[in-house]
Amino acid sequence: MKTKLVACLSVAVGALMGVSAEAKTLRWSSPTDITTLDPYAHTESFTTSMLHHVFDPLVRRNRNLELEPALAVSWKNVAPDTWRFELRKGVKFHNGDAFTADDVVASFDRLLDPTSRARGNVATIVKAVKVDDYTVDIMTQGPYPLLLNDLAGVYIMDKKWMQANNALKPGNIATGVTTAASTTAVGTGPFKIESYKPDAGTNFVVNTDWWDKPQHNLTRIEFKPVKSDATRVAALLSGELDLIAPAPLQDLQRISAAPGFKVVEEPSLRLIMLTVPFRPELKAMPGQKNPMLDLKVRQAMWHAIDFEAIKKRVMRDKSRNTGTLVAPPVPGYSKDNDQPFGYDPEKAKKLLAEAGYPNGFKTKLNCPNDRYINDEQTCVAIASMWTKVGIQTDLQTESRATYFPRQDRFEFDVSMVGWATLPPMDGFSVLASLLAEQKEGYGGSNSGGLANPQIDALTRKAAVEMDETKRRAMLVETLKIARDSVAYIPIHQQPLAWAVRDGVDVPQFADEYVRLWFANVK
Amino acid sequence: MLKVLLSRLGQAALVMLVVSAVSFVMFRYVGDPVASMARENASVEEKAELRRTLGIDQPVVVQYGRFLARTLSGDLGISFRNQRPVTQLIAERLPATLELVIIATILSLSLGIPLGVLCALKPNGVAARLVQALSLIGISTPTFVTGIVLILVFAVTLGWLPSFGRGQVVELGWWSTGFLTWSGLKSLLLPGITLALYQLTLIMRLVRAEMIDVLSSDYIRFAKARGLPTRYIHFRLALRNALMPVITVTGLQIGSLIAFAIITETVFQWPGMGLLFIQAVSFVDIPVMAAYLLFVGLLFVIINTVVDILYAVVDPRLRARSA
Repeated sequence: MKTKLVACLSVAVGALMGVSAEAKTLRWSSPTDITTLDPYAHTESFTTSMLHHVFDPLVRRNRNLELEPALAVSWKNVAPDTWRFELRKGVKFHNGDAFTADDVVASFDRLLDPTSRARGNVATIVKAVKVDDYTVDIMTQGPYPLLLNDLAGVYIMDKKWMQANNALKPGNIATGVTTAASTTAVGTGPFKIESYKPDAGTNFVVNTDWWDKPQHNLTRIEFKPVKSDATRVAALLSGELDLIAPAPLQDLQRISAAPGFKVVEEPSLRLIMLTVPFRPELKAMPGQKNPMLDLKVRQAMWHAIDFEAIKKRVMRDKSRNTGTLVAPPVPGYSKDNDQPFGYDPEKAKKLLAEAGYPNGFKTKLNCPNDRYINDEQTCVAIASMWTKVGIQTDLQTESRATYFPRQDRFEFDVSMVGWATLPPMDGFSVLASLLAEQKEGYGGSNSGGLANPQIDALTRKAAVEMDETKRRAMLVETLKIARDSVAYIPIHQQPLAWAVRDGVDVPQFADEYVRLWFANVK
Repeated sequence: MLKVLLSRLGQAALVMLVVSAVSFVMFRYVGDPVASMARENASVEEKAELRRTLGIDQPVVVQYGRFLARTLSGDLGISFRNQRPVTQLIAERLPATLELVIIATILSLSLGIPLGVLCALKPNGVAARLVQALSLIGISTPTFVTGIVLILVFAVTLGWLPSFGRGQVVELGWWSTGFLTWSGLKSLLLPGITLALYQLTLIMRLVRAEMIDVLSSDYIRFAKARGLPTRYIHFRLALRNALMPVITVTGLQIGSLIAFAIITETVFQWPGMGLLFIQAVSFVDIPVMAAYLLFVGLLFVIINTVVDILYAVVDPRLRARSA
């Protein structure tokens, strides 16, 4: 009798342990929340990265951030402006609907609708056309080398579900239309959404019918946004969370000193730089010629900044100093371009004197104080370094909400900007948005008024160059011109720091996306 | 009476109009939603297009007129940030904030009144002096510091209570409550204390002052002379009279607790209206900000109107004057 009971108990215990050994939950937190579950109703990279757990694109980034097949298995150019995609067979949406070419076409129709918020991300795509049930043609405006990069951010929605829920068209703020897609996500991805509560938490459960072989061992993800840095760190240390991303720089030491926790770091793709004004006058010196139009002055401004000191003091040795405008993993990067001018205040003074400003001049420096890591402190350091060589710098910092609109309206002299080349993850984005003159849809963030005909010509050529080797050479050449002419003053590559409890293995990606389908927990 | 009521309602409508107008003018200075809505590499044309769609390229007066017309027809608009109806967002967040405020009020009353009485009865005792000194700390420490210290002590060091969130909530129709689960109740405690602290010290000091005042009045002296039991004098006669102003102040304070729960909600990631508002501000989500400010304005107007009318009911002199 007794042995029977013991046997029973041990079976029961075994069963319980079996369950707990299989249930792997990852609880994690970030300061931002998922804005909406509608993939075409936002342009935020955090929300995009979260929704990637639920939806699959036609092509996706692998563990090394290279493009690889996802819902499309192969593709080829049937004409310079037409790409043919063979779709994966046997894929099912979370509600059981089969995935076919109709879903792809309906998704693109929805994304390309004039009221869709994310339409700008695929501005060169004209339409998607069904060839047969598992073949789709995508047409672009002329030859477009970055189509695959763009497609990696286009998540495929379920046509049948959209039809049933009146969501074939995106929501529209102007007309007051909202759709069920804002709060329900039906995709083909590795996880399904179990519940979505803004600011409280979103729970995901594993999709056991996923078409791909999982590289993770999770059965459940509990995402809980925590806006306050101090609370987020406390919640990790008290055992309520397994992962925080990002971990605040000022707490890294404390976390790595705590037993059972560690900090994982990786340089991010985001480069921080200063915009140089190329307008006739500076706001700080109305009525006088803008000294920065002289190359020697711009060189002096670069030489006057002690980037090593900023790295050590402000960034706590976590950043990487740079001489170019793209990060190493991004196409267009070259080692030769990545050479900072070097800190040399004497040379800076000499250059200023040669340019006719032996007593320096006045400028304004504007920076955000809540957008980039330690942005305000970085600018405080730069302002004092410039003032030391004679450039009297009037620093003003403000919140991102007012800063960026002012930058767009050209209200600044020198100002800070960060660029991660996302979502395409290609150096062309620097050319198109930062370096090209602001006209014909180019130069959207060129707030310094830079206009260099050589750069403009190269940008337009690179935009349609389908030969990848030639295209990359053009990117490198353009970035060399930008560096040599000091079009911008690059500061550093931002660090990316996460903190995890021991036993959590989550790979980091330079694009700051969280990809938990590569996560393993013990 | 009807006249009083009507004039009060007229004033209330006027106040609401002013609140909405002032907040609308303020939105011009909080920034431009397009900066957060458009993608980073958006072209100038794209941003202009978005501005047009949202209607924020229009003069403020026109925007305000549209907003008024929409609000009067009962439509608070759609959030710029997540494209959901604002009324729905507020309805989702209201229960969290109200439950937090209820807990904070219960805590501050149930601790503030006894402590105030204690300080009034034995003003020179050790306990009273200690409570007095602590209340100074309570009234002068900023909420975010209190919150973080509580988290460090009770969540990180002791591991007794959760450091953020509402825990498990139960849905009762559209109302989500944390009162019915163990983890929900545990989660309410730290933010509740943080929010209650200022209130608690205020009530304690008020009760103490009122008690000391009442205890020195004639009828208490007569009661003592008559030889009534001390307990009866203190708690039935003195405290009851001392509580009148406390009730008024508590009522008014509930309004400010709801409006100023913002910091507590941010520290504890409490998914209430304060957190919704903070996020709306950083995104420049104008419809949500406008609706929140209107809501808070309405709340104060209602509380004040009710209090005013109650005064008129209670105090015949006020009625006579207005008639």
